[in-house]
Amino acid sequence: MLRIALLMLFRDRAKYVMLVVGLTFCSLLMTQQSSVFCGLMLWTTATVRNIGAKVWVFDAKVEQANEVIPLREIEVTRVRGVPGVEWAVPIYIGIELARLTDGSFQNVQLVGLDTATFVGRPMEITKGRIEDLRLPDAVIIDQVGVEKFRKKGIKIDLGTVFEINDKTARVVALCHANRSFLGQPYVYTTYDRALQYAKPQRKQLSCVLAEPKPGVSAIELSEEISRLPGLRAYERDELFWATIWWYVKNTGIPISFGTVVLMGVIVGIAIAGQTFYLFVYDNLRYLAALKAMGARMPTLAAMVFLQSLSVGFVGFGLGVGLTSLFGIKVLKVGQPPFFMPWQVPVFVACVIVVICCISATIGLIKIARLEPAVVFK
Amino acid sequence: MSNPEPQVTRVVAVRVEKVTKTFPNGDSPTYALRDVSFEALSGQLTMIVGPSGCGKTTLLSVICGTMEIDSGRIEVFGNDLGAMNDAEITGFRSRNVGFIFQQFNLIPTLTLVENASIPLILQGWSYRKAEEKAASILEDLGLGRRLRSFPKQLSGGQQQRVAIARALVHDPKLIICDEPTASLDAKTGHHALELLKRSACRPDRCVIVVTHDSRIFSFADWIAEMEDGKVIKSCPASDFQHG
Repeated sequence: MLRIALLMLFRDRAKYVMLVVGLTFCSLLMTQQSSVFCGLMLWTTATVRNIGAKVWVFDAKVEQANEVIPLREIEVTRVRGVPGVEWAVPIYIGIELARLTDGSFQNVQLVGLDTATFVGRPMEITKGRIEDLRLPDAVIIDQVGVEKFRKKGIKIDLGTVFEINDKTARVVALCHANRSFLGQPYVYTTYDRALQYAKPQRKQLSCVLAEPKPGVSAIELSEEISRLPGLRAYERDELFWATIWWYVKNTGIPISFGTVVLMGVIVGIAIAGQTFYLFVYDNLRYLAALKAMGARMPTLAAMVFLQSLSVGFVGFGLGVGLTSLFGIKVLKVGQPPFFMPWQVPVFVACVIVVICCISATIGLIKIARLEPAVVFK
Repeated sequence: MSNPEPQVTRVVAVRVEKVTKTFPNGDSPTYALRDVSFEALSGQLTMIVGPSGCGKTTLLSVICGTMEIDSGRIEVFGNDLGAMNDAEITGFRSRNVGFIFQQFNLIPTLTLVENASIPLILQGWSYRKAEEKAASILEDLGLGRRLRSFPKQLSGGQQQRVAIARALVHDPKLIICDEPTASLDAKTGHHALELLKRSACRPDRCVIVVTHDSRIFSFADWIAEMEDGKVIKSCPASDFQHG
């Protein structure tokens, strides 16, 4: 009878299209909003992913990667003294003001790398050489910066000169970096030069990056370093999730996106549930006839659930497909943020299944209460 | 009960003994069937006739097990319906009962052959074999060229023929027809009954027709007349005098 059930559904085109459109919209809304949320959360971890060190050492009060409480320079030496540390280097991370030759300005995420090792260097140099960072006033700027300056009418290329906090910066290379939460371009320079660009402060070291010795895990090392007074070390993944959870707990972002996702669920239940109920209601006479002819409740239940789930499957597929097209489009442009981990479609699939089961159950209750003798009335 | 064809051995296909059925209606229940006793023989077309509201459709419903009774006993081909649970009655109906409804109840989104094959599919036949058998019956009933049409593309008489095909396709012992001519004009109704009598009546099968259409009484072998929830007359059709 399952084939009969599908034929009954597919050939009732108006209701079938209505059901599919409703569930597609619901699925699209949930998948797209969840993916934008995940993308936004991923942006918050851009610094962690761009620098990529295994162990990060901050002031003990720091809770996430984008919150920097400056440390004393001596902390690098203290970290190097911890057993299990292979090496440790200073890094500067701060938001500074870049001014262009035409007077327009742009906030940039300045990263000062250890001059000797370049630990935390950009993942991909697209033009120029990393070694040129040792030249006077040298900086490397990412593709976001190139794009932002281009929109202001200035072409950034090797040799372009601009100012960071009134001090000259010369572009020696272009790189690709993960986009930051606030969308500021990443500008890389050496640690010493970064301190010159930065506004004067009593303490200027943002954090210490460390590498565990062979045989020592990053988690063990971070626990060991955290025993030092005034310091808190994070293993890379721990910092990644600590940063995301900080934004989840301390901003209204999850509530904003959660509300839209909830609306998707409600719209799905309202449209799909109501239309499916109408579909069952319209077929009640025929379902009663099937009941009279000997169709048992498990058979009818299987028919109704198959109809509901098949619509859900198509709606889910279309919704996720459309979201993927949206994702491909926006990833080319760079914004809005978009990241669809496998958990998002799985979550949406589960919600769609729940919506379909609720819709089918409502219809099924009607069928269960139906006396087959009703066909004689 | 007299036998119109004495040379053929007939068995009691349906036996209804002292059946009472009430419907709740405030403090005093409404009696649909009052102590009704009735028999239908195999090989005959038995009509249950009477005015609207006399209980004939209720009697039909309890005979085929789609409605429970308050008291009494119903046997269909020796099977006591009261001794069966819901699942057994449903299974019994699917194997042994063919239905022809007043409104035909053909599923509008299924083709004729798909509609007619449903009783076989309910019994677990493969779709291909079920459709092959349904197609052969539809061809016998003159609808061979409309197998892939949909019910709404057919006239009322043609739809009735599909309903007959659906009732016969699984070779049931009992055929139940509820007002089979109510949705048809006189001529089409006459043809439908001719077809039903010709294709459905067999020595090992019982056909029960509920109707208040006196124009088709001539097709009956036996007629039971009902009034106020009781069978007031049960006799061979040749002896029946209406009104």
